[in-house]
Amino acid sequence: MFLKDIGVIVKKNIRDYAMYIALAIIMIIFTILSNGKFISSRNIANLLNQTGYIAVLATGMTLVIVIRHIDLSVGFLSGFLGAVAAVLLTQANFPVWLAILAVLVLGAIAGILTGLPVAALGIPAFVSSLAGWLIYRGALMLITASTGTIIIPNETFNAIGTGYIPDLLSGIKLFPNIHKTTFLIGILTIIIMILSQISNRKRKQRYNFEVSPVSVFIVQMVLLSGIILYITWILSGYNGLSWTFVVMMIVVLIYDFISRKTVLGRHIFAVGGNPEAAELSGINVKKITLFVFASMGMLAGLSGILFTARLKSASPQAGTLFELDAIAACYIGGVSAAGGIGSITGSLIGALVYMSLMNGMNLLGTDISMQYVIRGLVLVGAVIFDVVSRKRK
Amino acid sequence: MDQYILEMKNITKRFPGVVALDNVNFSIKKGEIHCLVGENGAGKSTLMKVLSGVYPHSQFDGCIFLDDKQVRFNSINDSEEAGIGIIYQELALVPDMMVYENIMLGHEKTRGIGIDIHEMIKITTSLLDMVRLSIKPTTKIKELGIGQQQLVEIAKALYRNARLLILDEPTAALNENDCQNLLDIIRNLKTKGVTCILISHKLKEVLEIADTITVLRDGKTICTLDRQKDNVNEQVLIKHMVGRSIDNIYPPKKSVPEKDVLFSVKDWDVFDPQKNRKILYNINLEIKKGEIVGMAGLIGSGRTELARSLFGNPDKYHISGELYFRGKPVHFNHPASAIKAGIAYASEDRKRMGLILIQSVKNNIVLANQKKVSNGLGVVIDEEEIIAADKYVESLSIKTPSIMQLVNYLSGGNQQKVAIAKWLFASPFLLILDEPTRGIDVGSKYEIYTIMNDLVSQGMSILMISSELPEIIGMSDRIYVISNGRLTGELYKNEATQEKIIELATLY
Repeated sequence: MFLKDIGVIVKKNIRDYAMYIALAIIMIIFTILSNGKFISSRNIANLLNQTGYIAVLATGMTLVIVIRHIDLSVGFLSGFLGAVAAVLLTQANFPVWLAILAVLVLGAIAGILTGLPVAALGIPAFVSSLAGWLIYRGALMLITASTGTIIIPNETFNAIGTGYIPDLLSGIKLFPNIHKTTFLIGILTIIIMILSQISNRKRKQRYNFEVSPVSVFIVQMVLLSGIILYITWILSGYNGLSWTFVVMMIVVLIYDFISRKTVLGRHIFAVGGNPEAAELSGINVKKITLFVFASMGMLAGLSGILFTARLKSASPQAGTLFELDAIAACYIGGVSAAGGIGSITGSLIGALVYMSLMNGMNLLGTDISMQYVIRGLVLVGAVIFDVVSRKRK
Repeated sequence: MDQYILEMKNITKRFPGVVALDNVNFSIKKGEIHCLVGENGAGKSTLMKVLSGVYPHSQFDGCIFLDDKQVRFNSINDSEEAGIGIIYQELALVPDMMVYENIMLGHEKTRGIGIDIHEMIKITTSLLDMVRLSIKPTTKIKELGIGQQQLVEIAKALYRNARLLILDEPTAALNENDCQNLLDIIRNLKTKGVTCILISHKLKEVLEIADTITVLRDGKTICTLDRQKDNVNEQVLIKHMVGRSIDNIYPPKKSVPEKDVLFSVKDWDVFDPQKNRKILYNINLEIKKGEIVGMAGLIGSGRTELARSLFGNPDKYHISGELYFRGKPVHFNHPASAIKAGIAYASEDRKRMGLILIQSVKNNIVLANQKKVSNGLGVVIDEEEIIAADKYVESLSIKTPSIMQLVNYLSGGNQQKVAIAKWLFASPFLLILDEPTRGIDVGSKYEIYTIMNDLVSQGMSILMISSELPEIIGMSDRIYVISNGRLTGELYKNEATQEKIIELATLY
């Protein structure tokens, strides 16, 4: 009975679970092939930091694809804005907070410039953002032309890409080699998650919506808690949570909330689902389009900051192909190319799948040419699965 | 002894959870015009999809015999090859290609390695002649009216040697003139030996043209009637279709309009920059509180354009003129401002412009007034959404398993109710309904008319645009007639007749 329940639930939500299952399989395979090196504290911390700047881009890209557009400019835009941050810090002597703020604002403006021809004149976003791709690539080369790679000596700034949150509880003698603040955050996350899931479930029951049987619910909770606990354990065994991870999670949580729970989010998905119906329902499609592109630009700025801080420098090649990695992460994460369907958490998992592949293959020393082929196969496989499972429904 | 061109025997088609066709028998005599009627969801379209191979033979039970030989279709191509031509409600033509290219699409005449344009045009000319369409074969589809496009579709089917022509609600989007023309052409094809299956909700035309009528209800064949022998009339058909008799197609109105004018339009001139011509000339009209005003006119007369120009002008027409709403001059620069003022417009094309098909009933219902179910910070309050959606699902009796069901899976009538619910939730003073009952069965129509009467008795006003004259006359307190962008007449309920309206509608 219980197994049957699980079977039904899994079948029903196969699309939602598939990404998690794929991620787990990929991680297990790499762990075995690398004799456990993949799942080591050090490598997982590294993987999450690598995922950071792509996941941030994928978050913005999710909304862009949901409203039936695309933004190719964001790779070089993030490279360019990273270089701008470097210049502001090293040559204009901006304080770190101001340099970050300036880059985010510039990013939003750049996004609006890409979105304006799309929203106002109906020019395909592919074309408009391809122009941006060229322009920001040129701008990046220009800004680094005289200096070459710009080294950033600012420790505070570099900490965003390389540093870890301080352990405020290091005074406690228990578990000497454990990052206790990280562990505590992990435990709190589990508690909050379980409580919110329970209240969510109660609310659904109150409105007679379908809920999974109690046994299945408990298994779900145990599994999820176990995963979070395990990751927490791994991370706190090394340096704890990285600032990149914190920034990425904050972005994902905010955007997930906006897209699911706010009027703005509903309007974005309505525009994606049927722009004409949305317009006639009093939604200003133009404004929504501009907002989505502005948010994409701002996140490109943030992604640039994360990447630049990670390398502690801005290079003329920074940001190359980031846009395609982000787009691939979205599609792997279940965003529909036809628009109107997708989720921020899905894209985050998509980014993790994609970056796990890269990280794992690098770890195994796989030839770079094979890496591209395998990444391509995974992308097309994920999209085929998505389309087929959608049809069967 | 009549010979059957087609016999479908004991057809059963199941979808997960429902039996769409339950042991259906359906036989067509050679050379007849056979009408298939039934409510939405009765299984008409499913039956035609079984016949045309959209559902391969392995996916249903039962046998199909064509000219007494059993056939098993795996795809539409198979059925096309066997001489079955099907024309759907939503036409399958490429708007930017020419008429002859569309007709030949996929079956082009070739000479050597190239296509033979002269031969193709020659054949097209003779096909167009058969469907009495006097246009050049090189006209682009998008330049044709919807009625003409329908005829091009028929020509296309004839080119593919269709002996059995299936027309799925061909007249739903046509005005009276085009309807008559189409029916004439179907009769003409009959004399040339083409057998026709016609699916229609318009019982008048069914009674006019059919030799035989089959009624489906809830996936079962209810009866097959010979129009002349069995002395069929509209009442009989409705009784078979809904399983009970509806004595009055239009529910009686309980209220009378008030004296106060709610909405008036003065000297309204509209220019369409895309078509580069004036589309509305000096329109003056008014709508009173609690009134149902009908707007009659041929398709292309500017009815929909008028409604859209009043409703925040989403098409960016150039407009001169004045609007007064609730006693004050108003100006709307986006549908949002019209909605805020209290005007709602339910579009004629609910799938394309009214609903978000991939979203739930709940999300669609609250769409036009999302702010009402959210707090001051713009965060949606789930409880209020659910309460609102539940309320309309119940009060409009929308048939759906749950408010979380995707609108895509509802029947046409229920989709239309969701579209209306969406606008009711925006609590408008004036509701503009553009073809509110297009493609909807008799039972659902009656329900929508009842809803309209309830709304006006609560003080709302309705402007109803419709191509169906009996509906306009049956429901409206007052009727405006529009012809080629000009208002040509105003008729009160007691003086309106179909003849008068048609006369006014064809004035320009």
